[in-house]
Amino acid sequence: MLELDDVKTFYGSIMALKGVSLKIGEGEIITLIGANGAGKSTALMSICGIVPPRSGKILFRGRDISGRDPHGIVSLGISQVPEGRRIFPQLTVMENLDMGAFLRNDKGEIKKDMEHCFELFPILAQRRHQPGGTLSGGEQQMLAISRALMARPRLLLLDEPSLGLAPIFVRLIFKIIEKINREDGTTIFLVEQNAHLALQVAHRGYVMENGRIVLEGSAQSLLNNEDVKRAYLGI
Amino acid sequence: MKHITALKNSLLISFWFMFLTFPIMVIRVNTIENVVEWRWMNMLYVGFGSFVLSFVWRYLISRKEAGVKQAAAADTPSKRLTERLLTDSAFYRPVQIMAAVFFLAFPLIFSTYQINIMTTALMYVMLGLGLNIVVGLAGLLDLGYVAFYAVGAYSYALLNHHFGLGFWAILPVGAILGALFGILLGFPVLRLRGDYLAIVTLGFGEIIRLILENWNEFSFGPSGIANIDRPGFFNIDLSLEQVTVYLYYLVIGLCLFTMVVVNRLKDSRIGRAWVALREDEIACQAMGIDKTKTKLTAFALGATWAGMAGVVFAAKTTFVNPASFTFMESAMFLSIVVLGGMGSITGVIIGAMILILTPEYLRAFSSYRMLLFGAVMVLMMVFRPQGIIAGVRRMYHFPVKQSEKGIGGS
Ligand SMILES: Nc1ncnc2c1ncn2[C@@H]1O[C@H](COP(=O)(O)OP(=O)(O)OP(=O)(O)O)[C@@H](O)[C@H]1O
Ligand SMILES: [Mg+2]
Repeated sequence: MLELDDVKTFYGSIMALKGVSLKIGEGEIITLIGANGAGKSTALMSICGIVPPRSGKILFRGRDISGRDPHGIVSLGISQVPEGRRIFPQLTVMENLDMGAFLRNDKGEIKKDMEHCFELFPILAQRRHQPGGTLSGGEQQMLAISRALMARPRLLLLDEPSLGLAPIFVRLIFKIIEKINREDGTTIFLVEQNAHLALQVAHRGYVMENGRIVLEGSAQSLLNNEDVKRAYLGI
Repeated sequence: MKHITALKNSLLISFWFMFLTFPIMVIRVNTIENVVEWRWMNMLYVGFGSFVLSFVWRYLISRKEAGVKQAAAADTPSKRLTERLLTDSAFYRPVQIMAAVFFLAFPLIFSTYQINIMTTALMYVMLGLGLNIVVGLAGLLDLGYVAFYAVGAYSYALLNHHFGLGFWAILPVGAILGALFGILLGFPVLRLRGDYLAIVTLGFGEIIRLILENWNEFSFGPSGIANIDRPGFFNIDLSLEQVTVYLYYLVIGLCLFTMVVVNRLKDSRIGRAWVALREDEIACQAMGIDKTKTKLTAFALGATWAGMAGVVFAAKTTFVNPASFTFMESAMFLSIVVLGGMGSITGVIIGAMILILTPEYLRAFSSYRMLLFGAVMVLMMVFRPQGIIAGVRRMYHFPVKQSEKGIGGS
């Protein structure tokens, strides 16, 4: 479904991705783990076209999307839950969700999808007319995920959804990620610091260091890998 | 103890002011008799005045700080009142109806002179509402708004002068040209925000004015274009008084049109996208909001109203020259928006009325106009930064479904 081929991305003269290649199959949950500053968020930004790569190919369903505008990429079916939530604080919960469906015009379906999000996260239904900025951190994360789902993505990119959340919220969010994958068939690319949990829900995983993929394999094999254990699982 | 330090500080400030103003307030060189006059009384006035003002200022600030603490503890009643005034139809309907009757009956009651002033004020309402789209909704600080006003005015003046085209034919042309220039300005400033954006837009405004001033073959330079036709009314010749009244109602109509459109925009998806873009560009991009298109729409839609107002201006004064389109005008438009309340339609109307009508009726103070103006702006920024009427965004409501009632506690 998504294939990165030797992708190199720069911030000015700083090379953040030094030739990243990876593959995500239809319907999979793939995780990308790595230390701070490894380039995980940059990889997602490159896929979305917000920080376009300088060289290399990004193929989505067979088409090269590496030169496209972000809105063109969203319209193809890729949406992102950016790092640190980034919900719109002045807009209400419902308005935030509506912004997620910005490229869609089917009002009735949008409404249905909102109700679907409220089923996933009932607390959001209670807060529907509350400005996003007044939600708690966990609620904001739920809103960010719901907002990304409103675009009806085929591929959902999640950047550290567990960041700053209480363990109970983390488990809830991961459960819902699995549910979205199972029930809607949405492919999921999950960037995580919480490697243990991420490898439990994922089918396969990639490990990134200094802008390069250094290890890949099935979730189980990574969980058992000695290097991964030492570096990311703290065992 | 607190009062004593306040007194001490005020005293220091008054000494400082006496020192600063000494050369201009006390010394006067009488060039006829070649003597220096020492006006020591002035020093006393300055000292006393600055002492009192500084003390009052301190008092107000301390009260404001206390007020902020209170507000944090509970919703202030005044805030709830304004909100109710704006959102509860039982409150705002009568006010609206009264305002409508007043404005409709205005020409029947007042003299031609008054009608003229009111027409000007209403034109500024239009301009303020237009700028409000750019500044209030999209959060793009535009200091060159006068450029689009000039574009509108000159498009009518020139097309009328060369081809004899009438007001109604040019009104849409002015609007479209305004929008085009809005996009033209928008492109280079897409990546800029805040102060940088303000500086570049300011430059743009000046460029347009300088072009008009110096390109004699095109715009007739500083002498401008005179004898522009007044708007026609079904080929009937109107007397000057009739034209004034006609223009008044015309501007009222345009104002209403502007209000309706801005109101719709505010609650539309594009309006929400502007707010979203103001808050977080990266999140917007991740949602598939086209940053370029959204910002350019804001510039274009804002400039449209300036273009139209410009056409009306040219038709009203029958004379345009570059001196009417200085940076002062841009500052005035922005002040209207800021004073009235960014993002609030009612606020902008009140802001325009205050800023345009007060100087007209307080001619006695005309030499102190800019001074008062500055003082009012500083006071506003300190004590009511949200403007006279804070913009209350109408929330996006869906019809309530049963499912909502089903969800009780958490
Ligand atoms: N806007 C930017 N400008 C310049 N350098 C940047 C920018 N964003 C990221 N970088 C640099 O790029 C590298 C990769 O950053 P990135 O945000 O992708 O890391 P990450 O793997 O997501 O880290 P974390 O786990 O802390 O979120 C870092 O060295 C970072 O300093
Ligand atoms: Mg990151």
